[in-house]
Amino acid sequence: MVYQISVFLENRAGQFAEITGILAQNGVDLRAISIAETADYGVLRMIVDHAEKATSILMQHGYLLTMTPVLVVAVPDAPGGVATVLETLAEGNIDIEYMYSLFTHLEGKAYIVFRVAEAEKFTELLAAHGITPSTNEELGIC
Amino acid sequence: MVKYYQPEIETASREQIRAWQDERLVKQVQHAWDNVPYYRKKMEEKGLTPADIQGTADLHKLPFLSKDDLREAYPYGLLGKPLSECVRIQSTSGTTGKRVVAFYTQHDIDLWEDCCARAITAVGGSQEDVCQVAYGYGLFTGGAGLHGGSHKVGCLTLPMSSGNTDRQLQFMTDLGTTILCCTPSYAAYLSESIHECGLRDQIKLKAGIFGAEAWSQKMREDIEKGLGIKAYDIYGLTEISGPGVAFECQAQNGMHINEDHFIAEIINPETGEVLPEGSKGELVFTCITKEAFPLIRYRTRDICILSSEPCPCGRTHIKMCKPMGRSDDMLIVKGVNVFPSQIETVLLEQGYPANYQIVVDRVNHSDTLEVMVEMTPENFSDSLAKITSMEKKLVDALRAMLGISAKVRLVAPKTIARSEGKAVRIIDKRKI
Repeated sequence: MVYQISVFLENRAGQFAEITGILAQNGVDLRAISIAETADYGVLRMIVDHAEKATSILMQHGYLLTMTPVLVVAVPDAPGGVATVLETLAEGNIDIEYMYSLFTHLEGKAYIVFRVAEAEKFTELLAAHGITPSTNEELGIC
Repeated sequence: MVKYYQPEIETASREQIRAWQDERLVKQVQHAWDNVPYYRKKMEEKGLTPADIQGTADLHKLPFLSKDDLREAYPYGLLGKPLSECVRIQSTSGTTGKRVVAFYTQHDIDLWEDCCARAITAVGGSQEDVCQVAYGYGLFTGGAGLHGGSHKVGCLTLPMSSGNTDRQLQFMTDLGTTILCCTPSYAAYLSESIHECGLRDQIKLKAGIFGAEAWSQKMREDIEKGLGIKAYDIYGLTEISGPGVAFECQAQNGMHINEDHFIAEIINPETGEVLPEGSKGELVFTCITKEAFPLIRYRTRDICILSSEPCPCGRTHIKMCKPMGRSDDMLIVKGVNVFPSQIETVLLEQGYPANYQIVVDRVNHSDTLEVMVEMTPENFSDSLAKITSMEKKLVDALRAMLGISAKVRLVAPKTIARSEGKAVRIIDKRKI
């Protein structure tokens, strides 16, 4: 299972830089980033190479965060790659809470992070289409 | 032009006023003793019986009542008449969410409306006038009080209630409103709207009666200039009756307290000691004519000064200055009483920490209220939808509790300063 780190962010200049700075100093590599925001605050979502390490460092710095299991799906890095997966979701009537993509492209594949309402059902549907969610090892993270 | 609504009362000699107060106080204390067990008990605790109160000189012996008493006695504990003789309630928000409910007999309503009629007459109102009441109607006393007063004076009364500015302006221009009654912030807003709509030449306003919230001399000047009127202050509180406890005359230099109905004292808020005239302290009122809700020595928590210097208007009743502050932490926002404890109650109920900060500001003459709350691990989620829906629940709960809307600002944990002593809960940025 891949874990995403979600951090509470106040909308003020420099806060995001502060977090990435702390992670950089500690040698944590960012693999994916997404921000959802309102006018006053936001949620920073990240996939990093060392989730536990990043979590404990950020907590030491007083950040409010939570770990959330997400599904990472590899799709062909070609037109229609994402569409197949989204059609699968639509077919199963599964709501997407949010999705974003990894920076990394490996062997002609792009990686999409999914947070859905029904993860198990999604996994089953994917399996029916011969797709298996990526593992930590495959992504080189832990 | 009629100058006074009840000239024989409003210009009575000081001796006459004192005589009324002496006689009515004795009667009122007996009434409370006979009919309000809650107050009788308070008197007994001080070893007092009605026989100890022979006139206003004995007033200082009597126990105080406060908002806490109203909360404890809610809803009927301070009632002085059977409910069958009461015809109305009005209400205001109280501490920790309990509302203050005041009861009125028809006699009480009449006296209250008389007080408002005096205020309208004092600004030049008569039966020739069109009086637009743009205070909120309903439980709030603003609408009901001025509405009744306007009827008594014989003005054509426009029961507009607050809000719906387009309609306010339409009636104001079509029906030729001459007297406007509303909160000063709404008056300022109406003034701006009139200018924006280019209606300045079509209004016939001559005076405004603006109360229920604090306003500055500068704001008075802005409104007077913007609307081409004289702007007058009015004071009151639901517990005592409503607007009209005191009102400004054309001298625009303090508000005459209707002393035939209310005895005013200034006390030291720390010790309760009565202070001589001219001292700054907490304003305390005793209702000497009310039947249903006969509050005696009610502590308003408003800090102010009394003056009995002769007034050029000819009224002999003592004047109070604009309240200069509060001796408790109550805020008045958009004319509504807000206690930090109410906000705290809602936060705890909704699962937020009681570490919060209230920021009050005034933007374009209108109050804004913002509650800063720290995000907690329990409330935090990776889903923004979940956070915003919780935030909305909190906003709704605050509106239900306070009666006005507050903006909620969620901030990171430990970002609201924890002080060593008394926490800084309120940041009032209003320059009044």
